Amino acid sequence: MALRVGCAAAPGRARDNKTGSWRVFKPIFKHETCTKCGLCETICPEGCVKEDKDGFFTPDLDYCKGCGLCAKECPADDIEMVQEEK
Amino acid sequence: MMKIVEGSHAVAEAVKLCRPQVISAYPITPQTHIVEALASMVADCELDAEYICVESEFSALSGCIGASAAGSRTYSATTSQGLALMFEVCFNAAGMRLPIVMTIANRAMGAPLSIWNDQQDSISLRDAGWLQYYAEDIQEVSDLHFIAYRVAEDHRVLLPAFVCFDGFILTHTYEPVDMPTQQEVDAYLPAFKPYQRLDAKEPISMGMYATPDYYMEFRYEVDRAMQRARDAYVDAARAFADQFGRDYTGAVEGYRLEDADTALVAMGSICGTVKDAIDEMRADGKRVGLLKIRSFRPFPSEEVAAALKGASTVAVLDKNISLGQKGAVALEVKDALYGSGIPVLDYIVALGGRDIRKRDIAKIVDLAEKGTGDMFYGLRTEVL
Amino acid sequence: MAENSSELFDAGHRACGGCGPALAARLIMKGSGENTIVVASTGCMEVFSTPYPETAWKVPWIHSLFENAAAVASGIEASLKRQGRDEHVICICGDGATFDIGMLCISGAFERGHNITYICYDNEAYMNTGIQRSGATPYDADTTTSPAGKCSTGNARPKKDLPAILVAHGSPYVATASIAYPNDLVKKVERAVNTEGPCYIQVHTPCCTGWGFDGADTMAIGRLAVETGLWVNYEIVDGELEKAKKIVNRKPVEEYLKAQKRFRHLFRPGRNEEEIAKIQAIADRNAKKFGIDIALKK
Repeated sequence: MALRVGCAAAPGRARDNKTGSWRVFKPIFKHETCTKCGLCETICPEGCVKEDKDGFFTPDLDYCKGCGLCAKECPADDIEMVQEEK
Repeated sequence: MMKIVEGSHAVAEAVKLCRPQVISAYPITPQTHIVEALASMVADCELDAEYICVESEFSALSGCIGASAAGSRTYSATTSQGLALMFEVCFNAAGMRLPIVMTIANRAMGAPLSIWNDQQDSISLRDAGWLQYYAEDIQEVSDLHFIAYRVAEDHRVLLPAFVCFDGFILTHTYEPVDMPTQQEVDAYLPAFKPYQRLDAKEPISMGMYATPDYYMEFRYEVDRAMQRARDAYVDAARAFADQFGRDYTGAVEGYRLEDADTALVAMGSICGTVKDAIDEMRADGKRVGLLKIRSFRPFPSEEVAAALKGASTVAVLDKNISLGQKGAVALEVKDALYGSGIPVLDYIVALGGRDIRKRDIAKIVDLAEKGTGDMFYGLRTEVL
Repeated sequence: MAENSSELFDAGHRACGGCGPALAARLIMKGSGENTIVVASTGCMEVFSTPYPETAWKVPWIHSLFENAAAVASGIEASLKRQGRDEHVICICGDGATFDIGMLCISGAFERGHNITYICYDNEAYMNTGIQRSGATPYDADTTTSPAGKCSTGNARPKKDLPAILVAHGSPYVATASIAYPNDLVKKVERAVNTEGPCYIQVHTPCCTGWGFDGADTMAIGRLAVETGLWVNYEIVDGELEKAKKIVNRKPVEEYLKAQKRFRHLFRPGRNEEEIAKIQAIADRNAKKFGIDIALKK
């Protein structure tokens, strides 16, 4: 692909980089005690936790780095970090 | 319209006619009259621009980067210490391919501190990727601003440009200048059309970082833009000549060079003195000529080689020195003449505002004929 | 998952897992919105978000040099004024770029009164280059250029009070915030970008890699900083303190210090009571200055 003048780029190409491959631990969103407060979506540094049609939240495992912030902060203790099988 | 005008004011007038939207500048001798005149024009509603009184030259060029990236034609001016303070910003602007035009009122570099003229400042930034044009007189420096914007903003080029003229010698003297009208300049230099810009409606990221996988190719692209600037310059200068009748199409320009035995090479206001000296020497039967270099970057190697091929000796007048080596212009002329067998002798002259006169030019020609060169000319040995 | 994510700072960036600044970037964009031009300095955020050709930014974004974001923003603001455009111009820069090398440009921009918002993501050291000390590094923090050693207890100077400096420049809105209080941060950004004149927000963004804690604890560490009084969230409007976040039963600084490797030397091999007391005094002074203490009667 031709270089863009001045080392510029069109937006959002970062999505080509699937950071999910970095993971050691994976978050399991159990949707059992979830109160749909949305804190997990707010605080994910990747912005990859999204609300589904039922109002629950799920991580995009293509990008989730497994940092564990969502599990640590969930006020309903609904998220668990498990070691990922590779 | 012809009028007698101070060099700095001519530049300010020319810049005004280019309709910059943002001026971001910091005062430094001997450029002050330019930025003061522009401020006056803004204050009197003669120039419709944002004038940012920045807190340093570093900030001045940084402000230009922002303004240019956001889509405005922008302008600054500096010299010497100020230009040196902008060192990294200069590389940055060229790498980001922003067509900023900046006047350089050439001045010596400290230490020791000097406010007087030589060309060390702009020449020391020859690696940065800026176009560099040098003016011999006030008419030329005024006209080169219109041409510089047109070349810089050409989408084949997209490089920033220095327009250089000698501090005090041209900034603070008065010469007759034919200044175009606003209408004429608008016809020659239409509104700035950025190649890309910061715009929420079409977002891009500018100035990203490049890993080893990409960096070399980006630098190659800047060099290619420099090469394309040769033709773009000729196109812009030809259009200028057609419209205004003044011909700057030569990246170099010969004066009585065709049958010269000794060819002098020089840049800037010294060319005026050299031409007068040549006329005197010619009257005495000496076959001497001048090759004036107008475009220093991109360096016109082919044109230099073609122009000098008939000379038996080349004497370069360098108002600069690459300490530990020679003068920059001589080194580049030597490179252009490599393989020709023509001796190129370097004379470091007029540093820090040391006066140079017709008789000095004649003495240098004598030295060159004897094969004595590669020297500082005119040292006051009594103070050494 | 959604290709057209609504995030203006999108996934795929290369920040460490649990990165405080990455979270700050997302929240800042929520506050400022898509009609924004971002000016970045060289630093962690710039490097992890824009390795050519990948960019995480979906708003117009520019990076020039390490220290000139405020000057570049000044030029952009002037250009937008000329063109009659209304995008918010915001700088997002690290503490190194802001407190130290960028002081010249930030002072000039604020003195001239440009309509910009300057947001400093404060992870309290030059993190991108490997955790070196900056003017924002807190007292006694261990960094590679202010290391704890046989004759040193870490950084010998207190944190520079940059917000006060910008209040002195006449900024209409100066605030501090923390990623541990995300909604507060978003509100402050929204307020700043809609306040005419040069506004400043300093965001505390704990760095798991640089401070030495697990990425999952980023919010928890940020909360502890506030709950101990070592970081105060406040707003100064037109030179007057409008609001400071109050703390019920302020925690002793030890709880914050113990949780980070960068203060470990104060506890091992033995407790350095003298230094811990000095840090407690800093927290106490902050608490008094901003009036944050609420002591509930038992």
